[in-house]
Amino acid sequence: MIEVENIKKRFGDQEVLKGISTIFEKGKTNLIIGQSGSGKSVMLKCLIGLFKPEGGRILFDGKSIQDMNDEQQRVLREEIGMLFQGGALFDSMTIEENVMFPLRMFTNQKKSEMIDRVNEVLSRVNLEGNNKKFPAEISGGMQKRVSIARAIVNRPKYLFCDEPNSGLDPKTATVIDNLIQEITHEFDITTVVVTHDMNSVMEIGERINFLKNGLLVWKGTQEDIFKTDNKDVTDFVYSSDLFKKIRAVQNK
Amino acid sequence: MGYLEDIGTYFLMLKRTFSSFTKGSVLRELIFKEIDDLIIGSLGIVGFIGFFVGGVITLQTALNLTNPLIPKTLIGFATRQSIMLEFAPTFISIIMAGKVGSFITSSIGSMRVTEQIDALEVMGINSLNYLVFPKIIAMLMFPFLIAIAMFLGMTGGLLAGVYGGFVSMDEFVMGLQQDFIPFHLAYAFIKTFIFAFILATVPSWHGYYMKGGALEVGKASTKSFVWTSVLIILANYIITQMLLS
Repeated sequence: MIEVENIKKRFGDQEVLKGISTIFEKGKTNLIIGQSGSGKSVMLKCLIGLFKPEGGRILFDGKSIQDMNDEQQRVLREEIGMLFQGGALFDSMTIEENVMFPLRMFTNQKKSEMIDRVNEVLSRVNLEGNNKKFPAEISGGMQKRVSIARAIVNRPKYLFCDEPNSGLDPKTATVIDNLIQEITHEFDITTVVVTHDMNSVMEIGERINFLKNGLLVWKGTQEDIFKTDNKDVTDFVYSSDLFKKIRAVQNK
Repeated sequence: MGYLEDIGTYFLMLKRTFSSFTKGSVLRELIFKEIDDLIIGSLGIVGFIGFFVGGVITLQTALNLTNPLIPKTLIGFATRQSIMLEFAPTFISIIMAGKVGSFITSSIGSMRVTEQIDALEVMGINSLNYLVFPKIIAMLMFPFLIAIAMFLGMTGGLLAGVYGGFVSMDEFVMGLQQDFIPFHLAYAFIKTFIFAFILATVPSWHGYYMKGGALEVGKASTKSFVWTSVLIILANYIITQMLLS
């Protein structure tokens, strides 16, 4: 579980996060949604330690990241898996080397053991047999799956996903969404997904946090989001024609 | 103020580069890979340029020595001094700022743009140690390249001088040995080590701290070449002033 208490972040004069408090539950896919510029990516970067918030606390299973020294933070980061928007695979490495990377860095396993584990996770993301290919030789959806494999290979306790569906066709996006949710339940990890894709909300939004202008304006479940009267949320959710039509049908 | 900030981040980068070390076995592999990319991969161009510029130095010296009172051994002497003191250490370093420096900036810059550096940081890896430290260690082999450039430069000079009919082999070799001051060689290698450090770190800084996309990677590579060259020339002046004057 990750608890966020009143975190604030500013860039120059611009206050991007204005004191956000929420809880990301263990074993659930926790979504952070909102329009572009709402602060969701900045919040994610604060959570994973790429940005240092100016105020507030972030607690990983009760331990505040701000109170940790460098070594403790390094150990914590070994327990974090991250799926970046573009995959962030290492171009110069094969898929096998990419997925094996966290094992090489943080474990003392034999190469044969590492290869077994790599094959196991590649099979989990339906990518077996692609070990020797380079990231440039596979599709965007496959790159995302490799990135998921790399994120989970070292059995993380926390999984963060930044816009996992960006640039993917709807069918592949659904595959990625489902994979994230299955992994979350299977390994009982705390998953935080940043997205503005309503299909993801429909597919995997077990706990949803809605951000607007750096503030958490609503939180709830997948069922709640279609019933809420919060204008900011309804404006966002029903901004597409498809969802407007769904609402019209619901209201009949 | 911007320049002061840049200088500050450069030294902070160096501090972080030498802290929180990457796992030894991984670091060893990275160092060998960098030696292959930065040093072995530059052997061809350094050898080619060294050989032919050595030949040109000899031809220029020979063609300008029209006074019969000046001994022909001076051609070998001038070739040796030019190559050993300036051409090999400084000129080759400037060429390497273009070849190796641009490679370092663009490879690290591309990693920045595609969030690969963020991925390293999120995993708890000191990305500066992982990316920059192996390059600094690999560049410790740079004097080896310069030694090859010196050898091939003098060989090129000898062949151009002898087969061009400007000087006999004996006179040229005698000139190469004439008034040899071993400290000049030490001076050349001392400055080569300093240039190697500049070549590894300045392009790394430009790549690591760049912002933007693919276009900015290109711009950063160009800026990296300019600033690496400027710093090499400045360092060359200061070292020469300190060690030879």
